[in-house]
Amino acid sequence: MKGRGSVEIRYLWVDLEEFRLCDINLDITDGEYFIVLGPTGAGKTVLLETIAGLHQPRKGRILLAGEDVTHAPPERRGTGFVYQDYALFPHLSVAGNIAFGLRLRRMGRGVIEERVTAIGRLLGIEHLLRHVPGTLSGGEAQRVALARALVVEPRLLLLDEPLSALDPETREALQRELGRIHQELGTTTIHVTHDFEEAVALGDRIAVLKEERLGDSRREGRIVQVGTPEEIFRRPANEFVARFVGVRNIFRGEALSEESGYKLVSLDPSAGSGHRGVEIVAVTELEGPVHASIRPEEVVLSREPLRSSARNAFRGQIVSISDRGTVAYVTVRIPPDFICMITRRSLEEMNLREGMWVHIAFKASAVHVF
Amino acid sequence: MRALFADKMRVSFVGLGSLLILFVAWPLLRTITASGPAVLWRTLLDEEVRRSIGLTFYASLIATAIAFVCGVPLAYLLARADFPGKRLIEGIIDVPIVVPHSAAGIALLMGFGRHTPLGKAFGLVGLKFVSAAPGIVIAMLFVSLSFLVNAAREGFEAVDPRLERVARTLGASPWRAFWRVSFPLAWRSILSGMILMWARGLSEFGAVVILAYHPMVAPVLLYERFESFGLNYARPIATLMILICLATFVALRLIAGRGEKRA
Repeated sequence: MKGRGSVEIRYLWVDLEEFRLCDINLDITDGEYFIVLGPTGAGKTVLLETIAGLHQPRKGRILLAGEDVTHAPPERRGTGFVYQDYALFPHLSVAGNIAFGLRLRRMGRGVIEERVTAIGRLLGIEHLLRHVPGTLSGGEAQRVALARALVVEPRLLLLDEPLSALDPETREALQRELGRIHQELGTTTIHVTHDFEEAVALGDRIAVLKEERLGDSRREGRIVQVGTPEEIFRRPANEFVARFVGVRNIFRGEALSEESGYKLVSLDPSAGSGHRGVEIVAVTELEGPVHASIRPEEVVLSREPLRSSARNAFRGQIVSISDRGTVAYVTVRIPPDFICMITRRSLEEMNLREGMWVHIAFKASAVHVF
Repeated sequence: MRALFADKMRVSFVGLGSLLILFVAWPLLRTITASGPAVLWRTLLDEEVRRSIGLTFYASLIATAIAFVCGVPLAYLLARADFPGKRLIEGIIDVPIVVPHSAAGIALLMGFGRHTPLGKAFGLVGLKFVSAAPGIVIAMLFVSLSFLVNAAREGFEAVDPRLERVARTLGASPWRAFWRVSFPLAWRSILSGMILMWARGLSEFGAVVILAYHPMVAPVLLYERFESFGLNYARPIATLMILICLATFVALRLIAGRGEKRA
């Protein structure tokens, strides 16, 4: 017996006027938080809308909990949908929006009120229930949209760039909220985004969707890689994934004790190496298991110990050098492995070679913890 | 930059625009003030006048109701669906606006006249159009349905289709998504289209006079009095019509406007 929220997509083709999806195959297990990652474009939304039953595929099958729903209308699929810009019903109050699906199920007034209040409490929007959508901030509106989708207890939650319309601060808060709610409710979730860090922070697994322009203004989308976040950025399947994900330092770790305004983050060593990872200093409010990223251009590299104000300074051995013309990426094993970007000129001036011992440094403020 | 007289250009625009407003307002004002209350009261007591005004309002209301039942679904399709021949359908909707209304009357006579197939078929169920109230209704319907259909279509176009999609995923059938989301959101446009269509129907003369001179609607009665007895006998009816139409129009606008503020 398949779990209630498992999704199987087999050889799915969707043909729309401007866009088509080709040969999509996905297996999502019950309770998984699954990310579809790809550049901004129509393709990811089309995939979600097809799973929700809003587009009919040309061929292929969609199975929810083992049941073939390929030709079932959207109202029989039990999915919850959240759009990037909320799509709240402007003629209904917040409570009316959340209760929409419950009213369709002809539930009693008391039950509806109870469930609306409960989901409102879970999302921290209890005080907004009497408001109308037009008066809400972006973060509030998106919480209402989430509540509206979750209150009907969908077997599958579909999130279409749910954080992209929000300002950075709200985005971070709501991102944590999504993680918490998923942990609490365990609803199978497919979340579409173009933001890699969002994908890493939330996703159990990631599918990378590539869009290609065909000759005539049409575009088509295919899935080019599926894997854990680590697999995607450590072992990109092809150049497209590598370029899209970019060269970056992303580490798993644990945010520990505080020290005069800074946090210590103990990094897990890179997979495979037997050593303990280093502790770095960062500025963050988070505690416990986190991700940390540092842009390669923020990491300073030198052959001599660095005398600078940077709070993070380590010594390590160069494991690889990748020359990209005007710049070069140097991977230094501390451990874990840090990637530094330097100019071609400094590469030549410092006369760097693999196996050489060097020093790296970066500021605490250059570390993004999420 | 919101001030009316901010610069010389705006001052001259105010002057030019005022000419047009005066052009409309002055004759109306003259007509309204020409007949004293006593004359108006006597006109209102005239059985024939009252009957024709009642008929006009009633026939236009029926025409609007028919257009509502068939036109709102059509408007929804035009807003949401793409199909071959869509441009043609949109063209047909707009035709009544561009043809002379007397020509529209002739066309209706060709379609629904006593000796035409449709006229005979309707005759079997007791509906006749020539020189009868149903003829007035279809004449009004023909010349004014564009207003309702176009307003409703614009209303539906302004509703984000994703709202309907969300409603579907939440468990709504297409019918329920329409009644609970699209229709309420487009309602204000539909209502204002209905008001416009109804008002347009009230004032119809050309098509009605060809299809059904009798029973007389108010514009026809007015014309007949003018032709037979002259200006002095026609004027009080004109005054009455203008006052009643203005009052209803303003009242309906106010009701619709209040709905807007609440939304």
